[in-house]
Amino acid sequence: MSLVLETPVDGPARTLRLPAPLRLDSGQSLEGVEIAYCTYGTLNATRSNAILICHALTGDQFVASTNPSTGRPGWWPAMVGPGKPLDPDRYFIICANILGGCMGSTGPGATDPKTGAPYGLSFPVITIADMARAQAELVTALGIDSLFLVVGGSMGGMIALEWVKCFPERMFACALIATAARHSAQNIAFHEVGRQAIMADPDWRGGDYAKLGVRPEKGLAVARMAAHITYLSEQALQRKFGRELQSKALSFGFDADFQVESYLRHQGQAFVDRFDANSYLYITRAMDYFDLAQSHDGRLADALTAAQDVRFCVLSFTSDWLYPTTESRRIVRALNAAGAQASFVEIRSDKGHDAFLLDEPVMREVLDGFLASAAKARGL
Amino acid sequence: MTRSAAAIREDFRAIANMVADGSKVLDVGCGTGELLQLLRDEKCVDGRGLEISSDGVSACLAKGLAVIQGDADRDLADYPPLRFDYAILSQTLQATHAPKEVLTHLLRLAERAIVSFPNVAHWRVRGSLMWSGRMPETRALPVAWYETPNIHLCTLRDFTDLCAELGVEIEASAALYADRPARPMDAMGPFENLRAEAALFLLRKGR
Repeated sequence: MSLVLETPVDGPARTLRLPAPLRLDSGQSLEGVEIAYCTYGTLNATRSNAILICHALTGDQFVASTNPSTGRPGWWPAMVGPGKPLDPDRYFIICANILGGCMGSTGPGATDPKTGAPYGLSFPVITIADMARAQAELVTALGIDSLFLVVGGSMGGMIALEWVKCFPERMFACALIATAARHSAQNIAFHEVGRQAIMADPDWRGGDYAKLGVRPEKGLAVARMAAHITYLSEQALQRKFGRELQSKALSFGFDADFQVESYLRHQGQAFVDRFDANSYLYITRAMDYFDLAQSHDGRLADALTAAQDVRFCVLSFTSDWLYPTTESRRIVRALNAAGAQASFVEIRSDKGHDAFLLDEPVMREVLDGFLASAAKARGL
Repeated sequence: MTRSAAAIREDFRAIANMVADGSKVLDVGCGTGELLQLLRDEKCVDGRGLEISSDGVSACLAKGLAVIQGDADRDLADYPPLRFDYAILSQTLQATHAPKEVLTHLLRLAERAIVSFPNVAHWRVRGSLMWSGRMPETRALPVAWYETPNIHLCTLRDFTDLCAELGVEIEASAALYADRPARPMDAMGPFENLRAEAALFLLRKGR
């Protein structure tokens, strides 16, 4: 068993320091990697009821408990909790901050043991598979050979797909929500806008802002504003804000006249309080590099052949234009060709990509049914 | 695919009788999953489904069935050959765009196909058209012409002709009725085309 450092932050929060260097896709290896994680519920005697939740780009390990740095409640209340599909009374639920993140796991903001200063841009470029491998180390350290379920939405779904490819024998079921098996040109394009906004901020200082005691807040806020638009549908934005004004009249200036402007500025500002700009660069890069089929000459089914004993539930949302249904269908087609047991439904919602974080009753019912039958098959 | 409301329970019971215990089954156009549930509970089959409506798929998944939202006309090509023992197409063939291709796919991805459809040559349908001069609305075809999802209706004779053309062997067939149990029949028999309200076939690729 690996060494587990227990430093409770908020009830179930812990940090694991990996005993060995983590080998990365880039060829480099990273020493002293720390993985911050939360667990909920109790691991059963046969260690067969563990669920790994993979969070999205700006998510964190506080899936069902208060985030101590923001004071906000867990980010997936619709899905995780007593009586919810991911029920800690039934399952042992693990959620870890990803490698490269800024909520306690090792990322560009962490201290480089070689220099004693923050890594900044000397942090190696990581991939989605590197994130999955770091999580696998954590799962091993927790004494779990095989997870009952790996579940993730958005980027979390990409990490779950890497689990399918790298560790199919270590998982029984997999739920992929509002995700894709590769980043499209449009996905990469939006991320590039965000990265350029950060790097154009004079306070970014070539990535060395942490050493100099400043933060590229303006750039990071703009990156978040641009990204936030992609998380919502046109219809949802229109319904929420329309052309409503902040005050009674136009200012004939460049203040936030429209409510949608004020909303985006608020989103940007709230984000810089909790997120690190360099982490944003590294994680978006990892997502852009993600293409599960690349190692198999673009044949996705070949990348998934080892997963034919895993049960899958794939969900998409009608109004999600960031990772649209066509991408989920591509995954389902490959799973079918690979001979895996797959379920798929496109859920009607006008809330855009972010629908996966909200309380969508159909998503809850579908995951409930999927988990009930998987749990029965697993003997839980 | 929407199934005609009539003849459904007897249809399912007759299909279940054709399926061997513990086999692998794909139900194409599985609706809200009643047949898959019946097969799972009574025949211990490893069942999968394909269904076009999201409401149908959601209902299936909530029941713990493994179902994919998709279209029989487009998505059957994704399945590898002989993945299943049986591919079932219950009251759905007449609603597909390319019934001939769908039938060919069923017998590519499964050892056997089980197909049922309303028989337009049934005496009630003939009588309805003859006497009213309007598109027949019978208990097996209850929906008005402007609302029906059925775009490729056929008769029992049309179907046996198609099987012959495709080299498909008919292993068993039964006449289905809304109000009484299925009756085994010889699909080539002289009066079955008149007598069967709906027809059910167990098919395999001819050798």
